[in-house]
Amino acid sequence: MKFTLSWLKDHLETEAPLGDILYALTDLGLEVEEVVDPADRLGAFRICRVIEAVQHPNADRLRVCRVETFPDGPGGRSEEVQVVCGAPNARTGLVGVFAPAGTHVPGTGVDLKPGLIRGVESNGMLCSERELELSDNHDGIIDLPADAPLGVRFIDWRGLNDPMIYIKITPNRPDALGVRGIARDLAARGLGTLKPQQIQPVAGAFPSPVSVQIDPALKEKGCPLFAGRVIRGVKNGPSPLWLQARLKAIGLRPISALVDITNFFTFDQNRPLHVFDVAKVAGGALRIHPAAGGETLLALDGKTYTFQPGMMAISDAEQAESLAGVMGGEHSGCTDATTEVFLESAYWDPITVATTGRALKINSDARYRFERGVDPAFTLPGLEAATRMILDLCGGEASDVVMDGAVPDTRRAYRLDTARVQSLVGMDIPADAQRKTLVALGFTLEGDMAFPPSWRPDVLGEADLVEEVARVASLTKLVGRPMPRARAGVPGPILTPLQQREKAARRTLAALGYNECVTYSFIDGAAAALFGGGQDALRVENPISSEMTHMRPDLLPGLLQAAARNQARGFADMALFEVGPAFHGGEPGEQHLQAAGLLVGATAARDPFGSRRPADLYDAKADAEAVLAALGAPAKMQITRKVAGWWHPGRSGQMALGPNVMATFGEVHPKVLKALDVKGPAMAFTIMVANVPLPKVKTPTRPALALSGLQAVERDFAFVVDARVEALTLLNAAQGADKALIERVAVFDQFSGDKAEAQMGPGKKSLAISVRLQPTDKTLTDEEIEAVSAKIVEKVAKATGGILRG
Amino acid sequence: MDALTDLKARYLTGIAAAGDEAALEELRLAALGKKGEVSLKMRELGQMSPDERQTAGPALNALKDELDAALRAKRVALADAALDERLKAEWLDVTLPGRPRPRGTIHPVSQVMEELTAIFADMGFAVAEGPQIETDWYNFDALNIPPEHPARQEHDTFFMARAADDPRPPHVLRTHTSPVQIRAMTAQGAPIRVIAPGRVYRMDMDQTHSPMFHQVEGLAIDRDLSMANLKWVLEEFCRAFFEVPHVDLRFRASHFPFTEPSAEVDIRCSWAGGQLKIGEGDSWMEILGSGMVHPKVLKAAGVDPDQWQGFAFGMGIDRIAMLKYGIPDLRAFFESDLRWLRHYGFAALDLPTLQGGLSR
Repeated sequence: MKFTLSWLKDHLETEAPLGDILYALTDLGLEVEEVVDPADRLGAFRICRVIEAVQHPNADRLRVCRVETFPDGPGGRSEEVQVVCGAPNARTGLVGVFAPAGTHVPGTGVDLKPGLIRGVESNGMLCSERELELSDNHDGIIDLPADAPLGVRFIDWRGLNDPMIYIKITPNRPDALGVRGIARDLAARGLGTLKPQQIQPVAGAFPSPVSVQIDPALKEKGCPLFAGRVIRGVKNGPSPLWLQARLKAIGLRPISALVDITNFFTFDQNRPLHVFDVAKVAGGALRIHPAAGGETLLALDGKTYTFQPGMMAISDAEQAESLAGVMGGEHSGCTDATTEVFLESAYWDPITVATTGRALKINSDARYRFERGVDPAFTLPGLEAATRMILDLCGGEASDVVMDGAVPDTRRAYRLDTARVQSLVGMDIPADAQRKTLVALGFTLEGDMAFPPSWRPDVLGEADLVEEVARVASLTKLVGRPMPRARAGVPGPILTPLQQREKAARRTLAALGYNECVTYSFIDGAAAALFGGGQDALRVENPISSEMTHMRPDLLPGLLQAAARNQARGFADMALFEVGPAFHGGEPGEQHLQAAGLLVGATAARDPFGSRRPADLYDAKADAEAVLAALGAPAKMQITRKVAGWWHPGRSGQMALGPNVMATFGEVHPKVLKALDVKGPAMAFTIMVANVPLPKVKTPTRPALALSGLQAVERDFAFVVDARVEALTLLNAAQGADKALIERVAVFDQFSGDKAEAQMGPGKKSLAISVRLQPTDKTLTDEEIEAVSAKIVEKVAKATGGILRG
Repeated sequence: MDALTDLKARYLTGIAAAGDEAALEELRLAALGKKGEVSLKMRELGQMSPDERQTAGPALNALKDELDAALRAKRVALADAALDERLKAEWLDVTLPGRPRPRGTIHPVSQVMEELTAIFADMGFAVAEGPQIETDWYNFDALNIPPEHPARQEHDTFFMARAADDPRPPHVLRTHTSPVQIRAMTAQGAPIRVIAPGRVYRMDMDQTHSPMFHQVEGLAIDRDLSMANLKWVLEEFCRAFFEVPHVDLRFRASHFPFTEPSAEVDIRCSWAGGQLKIGEGDSWMEILGSGMVHPKVLKAAGVDPDQWQGFAFGMGIDRIAMLKYGIPDLRAFFESDLRWLRHYGFAALDLPTLQGGLSR
């Protein structure tokens, strides 16, 4: 909402400086977004007189002027300044506009400096209208009447010193979409007095030749009231300069007196109006009705719209002439040739107007106001006030008012509990001050009941009264008051186990050297499909770009795309992770927390120690295990090869407890890498954070530490097995040989590949394990050790077919 | 006893001159070995008269001890010299880099979420969560934003696709964290104190907007909480979060459908020299929206507005992260540029705590 200071002063009697007004507006909830104060740009330009203009000695087209200036304003000391001027109208005795050296000239963007022009000193400028950005006129310098007051700021003399104020209006305040509503708020705050507004009805001189009728289907809700009258004998043309200046100041283009008048009331009173050219209204009747659908209208914005069934139309005998409450039609619009108009003032249902505007994507000032709510009680006074202005500016005579429907009843009341301001806001405001505020805002008080004014559809309860009182009193005065702890003493922990785990996973991964990413929750459909997503249930109906069409089914595609971007920037080695939601369905709650890591390239930069090697599956596995351990997963879990399609089928696995899959790790499928433009290979893991079981009993107590005083014995074994025998099978078999005695088994070597096959036979490899025996009651004898060893060899042979390597 | 003096002088000279372990051992055998000179003299003690023995015995013993000590000392000296010699040869270039250790980072959004949590946890707020695909009821209606409300249009909502045979209104990607208010109150009732940090989505993308960003919602409901309490909580939060001794907040009347009265909150700051300083200067910067929870919102969540009242607030996590840590561009948060992650990220062990300070 834009308006100017002088416009505001039409409604508000005030001496308050601009700064105070701006502060109060923002503080009242009418947030000032922008102020354009012409004095900031043009305040230095003052009216001056050319004492004498003589020919420049060195240039035919230049004149040297002795200029009488008044740097301290009218009545102040005068100062003679020499200016070299190229304007043809620079002459002795001219009263013009002077800018001293140091002034920024907006029309040229130049900062004036004293200087020599063709060898003659020049200390300022006599200005043209273009230099002041007032018009395109640059034929000569500004030539004012001889009696123009010397020393006065030019903007003051020309009436241009009218700051434009742009405020942001929250959707609850349609009344502030008119200057009068803004003035009322300021008056309530104490920044002046709201000027009384007396609207004298214009007596009709003849019956209206145009009749109006609201279709019964709309009377209840869509259009409770439609009023208007004919004004004949009008002369349309440009509106007066003061009206044009106002509209221009708020960014509107003056069109013609009739149109400008309707726009004026839109902004002055939040009262949108429309004028029809009676000559174009067929059949002398306007009908307000729901569209059947399919009707078209060439609207005033030059576009043709098609009515959908139920949208409200204003039609004459032949066709639709207006999109009710949204935009008028070009056909019956007013032109300079118009002599007879029908002036419309109606009350339209906000929801119906909003629905139509949204469906047709029309953002008009009328729609903006009607959908927020105009004052229904002002429908007829608005019509009268506009009639008066048309008669004043365009002449003619007005008919009787014709109308259908009635002003909707908005009367309602809420109890004003003056103690509520203290209990809800925490401000101490005397009861009579509260009542005074409400009255100033237009409320009617009867006892302790407050009746909101018809222009405040937003006030719908007692809390709204509190809000009005506090807002006008100023929330800036609110003083903070300590909130007691909900429970005295040391605060208890507040994170849920899952929240703790999310944090643990994140910190662990960062500690392992991964950089945390936060990638978008939506990705492109093709990438989603690679990871088992892309279903319609996960599709965003109105994505902002083709790369953000589907909710991500998994964190890896986002990380892989991040890796591709980093590779394109020249980074080959990286460890990235993300902890965040993935979506397995389109219903609320069909999301789960994942922690995913991605390793691309080498583990380290090149260095003198040969630290650099390609990251591999076992890096990803170790990191996944570290995270699982941090989340409290049991040390022992099953590892299976049942992985989803985006993993390398031979080089990835799942960590599970029975059917409960806690993590997948391994190499990403090369096809996926290719599709996502990642130069591979790439290792990754995905941890389903919530699938890690919670401890059955939560206690800080640790199990007792059992330390044996007896010497442990370490024995190594190397087995020749088939190349596809898995180490875990072998380890489990060895462990099973003597569950009490064998404390730990571990693989310490693997010998496989061509050389191994050359030694041990085709399809064979060797796995070497170490077994730690921990006796508990007596030291082991050699015989006992031999017996366990034999058992191990036997168990391994049985489980894997492996034989002890010779 | 001159013989003993001679003997001693000879051996001590020999020991001092010995160049290696072998020479030293030779001297030891010659003096103190079974057939060494000192040992032989000891044997002679038996043939002496008691008087002679009384003087010769201690003298011999002293000699033996002295030579033994000299031998040991020399042995240590030789070993030290040999070690010195070896260490001199063992030279490595200490300016070579150490072996690489990976250095990971925590994203600023995560770090700031933990900072928020630390502060609000101290004031008794728990962390609530809610789904990011949300029903339009939770995202709008329950928050007193009816379908025709202009704010519902202004939210630039992302809608989920809806199957043709499904008559329900489409779900939305939550446009704010406020629906968590409803879910938390419905689940827990009153009194309640929660914050709800998380991702939110709006159809907006330019220099300062991203279609996904992060918000934190705050909600406190009790018997008699007022807007003055809200102001205090926010003052405490801002002081702790921005790690300054004092902050000034200014409440400005505003409008949100789900609070009444509503206020935008500005914080006093200075931009002198292009550097933001919170708590000083003459500028005010809007940092969040807040208000007293609307009675209709309480009702929608099953809380009796005649019995309970309280406040709610919402602020942008990315934004306060940018302000606090001087990060210029919002969109870079989600681009995963390694250079950005390393520069603006936090170390794994930079755990924000109230006792240790939130940042280093």
